[in-house]
Amino acid sequence: MDNIILTDFLTLTAIALTAALILYFVSQKFKVDEDPRIAEIEAMLPQANCGACGRAGCHDFAVACTKCTTQGFAKLYCPVGGQKVMNKVAAYLGMEAAVKEDTVAVLRCNGSCQNAPAKIDYNGVQFCRIAHTISSGQSGCPDGCLRLGDCIKVCKFGALNLNPQTGLPQVDPDKCTSCGACVNICPRNLFEIRPKGQNNERVYVACRNRQKGAVARKNCSAACIGCMKCVKICPEIKIEDNLSYIPTDVNAAEFGAKLAETCPTGAIVHIQPKEKTHD
Amino acid sequence: MTKTFPIGGIHPQKYKLAADIAITDAGLPEYVYIPVKQHAGAPAKIVVSQGDKVKAGTLLAAADGIVSAPVHSSVSGEVVKISREEGRSGYYETTVTIKVEGNDFADGIDASDTVIAEIPDSTEEIMRRIRNAGIVGMGGAGYPTPIKTTVPEGRKAEYLIVNGIECEPFLCADDRLMQEKAEEIIIGAKIINKLLGIQKAVIAIDENKPRAIEIMTRLTKSYIGVNVRVCQTKYPQGGEKQLIAAITGREVPIAKLPIDVGCVVQNAGTVFAVYEAVMKKKPLIERIVTVSGDAAEKSANFRVRIGTPAEFLINKIGGITEKTDEIIFGGPFMGTSVTNLKAPVTKLTSGILLLSAKLAGKEPETACIRCGKCVDACPQGLMPFEIARYARNNDFSQIMRLHARDCIECGSCAYICPARIPLLDYCKMSKAEAKKILKKQ
Repeated sequence: MDNIILTDFLTLTAIALTAALILYFVSQKFKVDEDPRIAEIEAMLPQANCGACGRAGCHDFAVACTKCTTQGFAKLYCPVGGQKVMNKVAAYLGMEAAVKEDTVAVLRCNGSCQNAPAKIDYNGVQFCRIAHTISSGQSGCPDGCLRLGDCIKVCKFGALNLNPQTGLPQVDPDKCTSCGACVNICPRNLFEIRPKGQNNERVYVACRNRQKGAVARKNCSAACIGCMKCVKICPEIKIEDNLSYIPTDVNAAEFGAKLAETCPTGAIVHIQPKEKTHD
Repeated sequence: MTKTFPIGGIHPQKYKLAADIAITDAGLPEYVYIPVKQHAGAPAKIVVSQGDKVKAGTLLAAADGIVSAPVHSSVSGEVVKISREEGRSGYYETTVTIKVEGNDFADGIDASDTVIAEIPDSTEEIMRRIRNAGIVGMGGAGYPTPIKTTVPEGRKAEYLIVNGIECEPFLCADDRLMQEKAEEIIIGAKIINKLLGIQKAVIAIDENKPRAIEIMTRLTKSYIGVNVRVCQTKYPQGGEKQLIAAITGREVPIAKLPIDVGCVVQNAGTVFAVYEAVMKKKPLIERIVTVSGDAAEKSANFRVRIGTPAEFLINKIGGITEKTDEIIFGGPFMGTSVTNLKAPVTKLTSGILLLSAKLAGKEPETACIRCGKCVDACPQGLMPFEIARYARNNDFSQIMRLHARDCIECGSCAYICPARIPLLDYCKMSKAEAKKILKKQ
């Protein structure tokens, strides 16, 4: 009896040792030398692997960081980590990170259930990209939000949620990393990455409808009608094809409140500066 | 032995309510709305201006490039507006609005019913007439016919197949046309034969159209080279690739055209339009439309001028009933639902259907039970459940491997699915993504 246990033990030990030896030599022979800095940088990155930087993922971005020159490094930017992470990586590599303003995604449509009531009953698949190919949508606006939330499904950071009152997706500026996933998925191209602005104060036109005023208003009470009133306040604003666009460098603190007040349809949205909350 | 395609297919209920109803003239509405894009390719360029007096057959917009088709006025009257008007699905299309004043045809057009059988000698002349008449594939795809009837260099046409299958439920437009205008269709086929430089033409008819088969068989006896082939009733027998497989046994390879296997397929309605264009110099300004549906009071086959609002035709059969849940342009499988009743009949509208909640209603989607029925039903040999699985999760990395772009959007998979998964919508979405990937490459 003892004998059998002993033999078993010895045989298995011998097999384990042989396998270990083979593995050791193979791993020595086929060793891949990787820059140790890559792993270090990767640890600093947010690990979202979202591809917003234009690379395949965080590892790929780290590889690019170690391989580039000083000038090349200035072009690399991780929108998810933002300035903080880039400064950290730059300090580690002894280079200078590009200074970029914080950005956030904004929804350029104000066609809520109240402003643009549903005219047709859509009972198809709850995907914006499918609804977009079938018809102009429940509200009838051919450029408006379809309110089915493809963007919410694609957001990896939980920054988007459907507002039950308006039916529109809502961006949480604290969670949004401006990775651009929603910009790419929206079949009507309604998201725009804009600077966050000081104290989160922003002003933009929440409409992409290029139809004539009267036609646009038929479907949505908050449509831009190209009335030129905003241009009179701020000459930098451009109106093309009955649609106004506020350039990103327009000072929200200076013009924001006035623009939003003057807009007769409410297409211009002014996000108020964030009040400091008590801790 | 009746012929059919080798894989897939389904047997939906036929609902051919209008099969015994003769074609009647729908009459002229007050206004016609003629969109300048009624075909695949570039929109036509408008050549008239507001206030112009036009006659039926006057050119409104000329073809812009090779893949495009001209558009003609379907009535006589005055151009009152050139604007962007709401189309059938709510999107705005450039449209010429004409106030109808009468039914005068432009000079040179023979609007009579007499059958002319002498085909012109010059093929260039025939081609010119077809091109100027603005003829496009009237089965639904709307591909300009002149391109399809030109054999590219290095290819050889062997068969002309006249598609008289009409496998969609409810639709009877082609069926009635084959019964009432059989001789014209045969002459039209001979005209296309001449363009292709061949003698053989096959008129493919579905088994469930016994009268059309009988009339066609009797008439084709006096035309050499033209034969009738009876196909089994199965959906989607009328698909171009499925029909070629049924008649010739050949398979159109991935990303190839029917001409690569020596076939040219033309819809029966298109062949009739070719006859009218060449023999009567009549442009494509009217078509046969089946107005029917399980919620409709009665059914009808109308000869309709292009641009007639759908509302006008629906009112002719008793208007929208209480039962009506959804209105569809085209067949119930491949048609599109309409949100605007003023939407005009175009060159591609084969039917206007009023469906009840029983047919249009959607049951809630449940989990896939992996029964594989969609795989059995797919006439293209795809795996719809697999395509849908990836599409639902926004993963388009596998669509090339799953050949999503070979989907013909027939909807057999969604019809057969016991879990009521909208497989067709997912396949369409994947197909669109696959096209984007191909464009990038």
